[in-house]
Formats: sequence, C-alpha cells, structure tokens
Amino acid sequence: MDPNETKERMKIPRQSMPEQHPHERIKNFFEVPYGYTAEQAMEEAKRCIQCKKPLCVGGCPVNIDIPWFIRLIAEGKFLEAAHKIKETNGLPAVCGRVCPQEDQCEKVCIIGKKGESVSIGRLERFAADYEREHGEVTVPEIPKWTGKKVAVVGAGPAGLTVAGDLVKKGHKVTVFEALHTAGGVLMYGIPEFRLPKRIVQSEVEYLKRMGVEIVLNAVVGKLETIDELLANGYGAVFVGSGAGLPNFMNIPGENFSGVYSANEYLTRVNLMKAYQFPEFDTPIIRGKKVVVIGGGNTAMDSARTALRLCPEEVTIVYRRSREELPARAEEVHHGEEEGLKFQLLTNPKRFIGDQDGRLKAVEVVKMELGEPDESGRRRPVEVKGSEYLIDADVAIVAIGNGANPLIPQTTPDIKVNKWGNITVNPDTGRTSKQGVFSGGDIVRGGATVILAMGDGRRAADSIHEYLTTGVW
Amino acid sequence: MFEITEKKELAHTVYQFKIKAPLIAKKRKAGQFVVLRMNEHGERIPLTIVDSDEKEGTITIIMQEVGKSTAILGDMVTGDSILDVVGPLGKPTHIENFGIAVCVGGGIGTAPVLPIAKALKAAGNKVISIIGARTKSLLILEDEMKQASDELYITTDDGSYGHHGFVTQVLQNFIDEGMKIGVVVGIGPVPMMRAVSNTTKPYNIHTMVSLNPIMVDGTGMCGACRVTVGGKNQFVCVDGPEFNGHEVNFEELVLRNRSYMKEEKLAMEEFTYHEGAKCYE
Repeated sequence: MDPNETKERMKIPRQSMPEQHPHERIKNFFEVPYGYTAEQAMEEAKRCIQCKKPLCVGGCPVNIDIPWFIRLIAEGKFLEAAHKIKETNGLPAVCGRVCPQEDQCEKVCIIGKKGESVSIGRLERFAADYEREHGEVTVPEIPKWTGKKVAVVGAGPAGLTVAGDLVKKGHKVTVFEALHTAGGVLMYGIPEFRLPKRIVQSEVEYLKRMGVEIVLNAVVGKLETIDELLANGYGAVFVGSGAGLPNFMNIPGENFSGVYSANEYLTRVNLMKAYQFPEFDTPIIRGKKVVVIGGGNTAMDSARTALRLCPEEVTIVYRRSREELPARAEEVHHGEEEGLKFQLLTNPKRFIGDQDGRLKAVEVVKMELGEPDESGRRRPVEVKGSEYLIDADVAIVAIGNGANPLIPQTTPDIKVNKWGNITVNPDTGRTSKQGVFSGGDIVRGGATVILAMGDGRRAADSIHEYLTTGVW
Repeated sequence: MFEITEKKELAHTVYQFKIKAPLIAKKRKAGQFVVLRMNEHGERIPLTIVDSDEKEGTITIIMQEVGKSTAILGDMVTGDSILDVVGPLGKPTHIENFGIAVCVGGGIGTAPVLPIAKALKAAGNKVISIIGARTKSLLILEDEMKQASDELYITTDDGSYGHHGFVTQVLQNFIDEGMKIGVVVGIGPVPMMRAVSNTTKPYNIHTMVSLNPIMVDGTGMCGACRVTVGGKNQFVCVDGPEFNGHEVNFEELVLRNRSYMKEEKLAMEEFTYHEGAKCYE
C-alpha cells in the first residue's frame, strides 16, 4: 500500500456500532448492539492498512487471516470474507460477539498504537451475520471418510471446534452432550442479550450439515465410559466437558433461598428461559435488591441479567478495586449504562436470612489493598470493624468454578491436578491416557470461549496426527 | 424422544411409567436417577430409576403429581414421548452384606427404596422392610416390596391398613427388641427421613437417606441441589443422592425445597386453568 493511501486510511475514525438505548434494553433480552451496516463495515475495513507482517493474526488464538478477510469486506465481498474466516474459525458469529478482542487481535493492532485499533471483532461479526442473514451459508467439501471415528465429550466451544476441524479432515465425529441442547456455555451461560441463542443454534446446524453427529442427553462416564468409547470403535476421544462445580465462599448462610451460583442463575434464565416464566416452567427468584459477588465477565453477565428482571437495584460486590476488575471494560461500561452499581473493595462476610430461610441481607466488610500476591495483584485485606449490611433478596455468587468430577471419577487413568482439572500437554492437548485429548475449561478451570476454541484447534491437529500415524 | 411403553396408576395421582431408554437401562444401578424434561417449555426434574429391563430397553419410574411438571407427566399415556431423559445420574447405592438391612419407605419414597432393597437382598442381606403411607389407598408397591424383602411391615397414619402409626415406630420396636441392624435405608418425605435418622442416631446405626432437592442440570454444573452434610456443602447430583442421614441438615433442605413455592403455585394455577380446571387434592 502506498504511503499516501496508508495516511488517508489512518484518518478514518473508528466506526461506532449502533446499539439499543439503555432505558429500552433493560426491559428486554434482545441483543444490545445492532451490528454494522454494510456501509459502516466497509468504512471500518478501510481503516486496516494491510500490514505486511500483521501482528493481529498472532494475537488471535485461532490465527484467523485477519487482514485478508478485512480486505474482502473493504471490497464489498462479504460472503468471501465470511468464508475466509471460517477456514480457521468455525464459530465466527459467536467470536465476533464474545471474544475479548481488546486483549487479543485489537490489542496488537498497529493502528491502535496511535489511535483506536481496527474493530476486528465487529467486522468478524458483520461478515458472519451477513452470511447467515443472506441464507448463503455454504458447507465446504468434505473429503472421503478416513475410516476413523472420534468421540467428543461436550458440545461447547472446545468440543464444537474439534468436531468441525476433524470432519473437514474426513473423520467421522460424534459429539456427546449432557444437556438437552448443544452449545455448552454459549447456551446456558452467556445471556441472550449478548449472544442470541438462534445464532448459536445456526452455528451448530452448520456443523451438522458438515456431517458432525450430535447426541444430546448423553453423559459420558455415566452412559458409556471413555474406555468403552475407545473399545467401541472410536480412535480418539476429546474431553471438553467444561466448567464444573461452581465455587462458593463457604461463609455462613450461603444456602439460604435466593443465594445462587452464577451457573445456576444463568442456566435458569438462559437455557431454561426462566425470564419467560410462567410461559416456560422453570422459575427464578426475581430479586428486588440483587447483590452479585465477583468482578469477572460471569459476574457482569449475571448482573446485567438481573437488571432485566425488574429489580430496584443491582450491585456488584468486588473485593479489589476498579483497576483489577477482570471483566471486559465494554461489559462494565454496558452495565453502568444500565444502572449497575459497584461496591468495590468490599467483601461478603455472611448471608442473613429470615425465618423461612430466605435471604434478606448480606453482611460485607470494607477492604484495602495490601502487598502484591502471587498473581501480582495487590492482595485485598479487611478493614477491621468496617462491616455493614446490604439489603438483598437475591445474591449471585460468581467467583469461578471447580472441576467437574464425572470424567476423572470414571476414567481414573486420566491425570488431574490438585484442583481436579485434567492435565494436558498444552501444545497438543494430549492427556496422560493414550488416545484421549482435552481442552477448554476442564483443563483451564475457567477461561474464555476463544481460548477453549484455540485448545480445540490444537487438539484437532494433534488428533488428526495421532489417527494418521498411530504414534502417541 | 423417549417413548412411554407402559403406564400404570398405583394410587391416586401416583403413576408408574416404563420409558424406552436402552442405554440407561443397560447402565443404571440401584440408587441412581434420571432428569426428565417433558416438553420444550418444561423444567428439568429428577426422578429415581425404580427398575430397568435391559432386554426391553426400558427404565421404570414412579411419580406423584405435586406440581405442573409432574402433572404434565401424569397426563401422558402409553405411546406418548418424553422430550428429554438423561441419566443414569448420581452415585449408585453402596451395596454390601451388612447382615440385616432395614429398608424404610415413606409414601412415594417406597419407589426409590425398591431397587435398593432388591440389590441388598441380592448381596445376601436379610432385608426387613417397612413401608408407610398416610392411608391405605396411597400405599404403593406392597407386592413388589414383599417379594424383595424377607419380612415386610406396613404402616398407615390413619390406621386404615397395617400398623396404625408411623414407620419410625416399627423401626423403634426392632431396636428395642435388640435386632442387630447392619444398615437402615430410609427414603421418603424430608420429615420422615429426618425422623428415621433421629430414631437410629442414639444407637449409632448406619443410616442412609436419598435426597431429592431441586435440581437443574443434574450433572454438577449449577449447584442448585446443594445441601449441608456433616457441616460441608455437598452437591446431591454428583456427591449423592445418598448420604449418611445422621449428618444431613434436614431443616435447611426443607427450606430450600420451598424456594419456589409461590412460583410453583402460580404455574399450577395457570396450568389447571388452561387445562380446564382439573381437580387436584
């Protein structure tokens, strides 16, 4: 690109994405941002200066050829752009919405050094949405069957990525999903207003059209064990069983009615559609005063879900300061626009209930930041005597997950670490058991959709190699 | 879809279903349960697997209509299909030869007791069972329990059949007579399980109860089913459903099971209204 053109391109301002007004959106579960129009997408795509050595590709856990697909958008070749992304990313409409691009591709974008980086995530979303909405989702040609079968445990981001990659290499893939719907955390965890469920289902449909078989209501370990799968014709097994037992704080009163794990709260609302109770049968306690404990993306999802269930007040209680909030800045910003309150440097001490065992308040204590701990963040310490009460009829505990014990319990020769997470070779996803691979939250113990997909990508390559060479 | 191959009314609003689920039938062990979702708008509810027939590929469940979800299931007939059935979930009952095993079933709780009694008998125990109900017409599985046990005792709260009184009174009599009980399995409504546990606790008789709290996924992901056992939080779906009755915080379980009373009532009212006002007790 000649220097003059580069200069011109760098003058184009970052295109903002139109979104629902906060006052409107807290009354519904529709998606918050509307997405770019074709004109906006082309204008934004022109901001990319097509670096010869693009840093963004290395910043992407699945190494999408970002400059190439952006160039196609700039040229108005939207379908081709979508196909380009899909060569390396099976779930672009999902990633365009929920990836923390500001910490990945956009973080290293050269345009971002002087101004605002190119909106790579929004462009990815645009291309994927365009393809879906124009009914032109094409399925790549599938090579002849290799004669090999692979079992995938869990139809979440890691498992679906493995499945997509391996069918494209000619293997037969069966995905076993414990829940009644495929998608894992994309269905039960991430709220509708951030990731519409019809989009997840259309990505799942795409995989099915490529030949991936998905068996629902199938709990591997309880029905067939991994050893039985390996004995019954599956050449390899990928374990992507996801987040496990939610963590609690082990403080008094944690089992009062109205105290939820974030997993339960979000599952009731997202997967079971409790926000449409009684049209749907699963209920949820609609709190007037809701306290959410934790500062990550799951805490923000829970809080913003609670805001849409007609509360008087929703408050995040987080023990560190604003700078340490692990949630995406965009989520915090959206939450604040929607009226979310923050009690930072505050930690719960106990829950207080009434005589019916229903939550009525949370006792919290003020914290201050002390010396840095092993994570490098300053350790929060209690300010003695600073306890006070926050009225609450719902509290949502969003402080992470432990590991689900089902697979390790039924397959003892798969090694786990002291937290129960499966240990793997990070480059290949290989576990201690021959033929068994793993990735996503069951390995990482709580990460992001895209990191799980990256694990799936690497494991798929390694599975393909193992099936082809037979060498472990 | 999971087809209902047989339906039998065992008592007023209590039904037994055989459901086609060959893989579950092959794998399930005594003490395990399934989670069912009747239709697209349905809840996920846990029910114990009472029996299975590997050859037919069916599992048997027994349920009582207590709310909307069970009322929908209760309305289903042979040939209908349940949308989702997942299992077998939970840990199987720990079975060994304890010598004398006393199996106590209260009301609908007799259904989950039956497979455990059978398994204990098969393991060489002398199985002595006590089953109770409010009144004779609500008593279920008398013949099946008789077959599965060396001795069977029956109680009704109103004295309409068998011993007039509670299952715990018969159990207390055994203890007073000096019976060398190796294990007590008590399953039924929470107050009944608490009473059984309180009866055996002074004598330190090993007592297992099977808990049926509110669940959502049933695979350890959500934590809705947590109970305090021995001062520790346990997830019934993966750590249970059976626990040492002497360690369970039953008071907490009772309160947690009432979390959605208001919503359950509303759902039921809407359901009966739309269904043309069926009569429920």
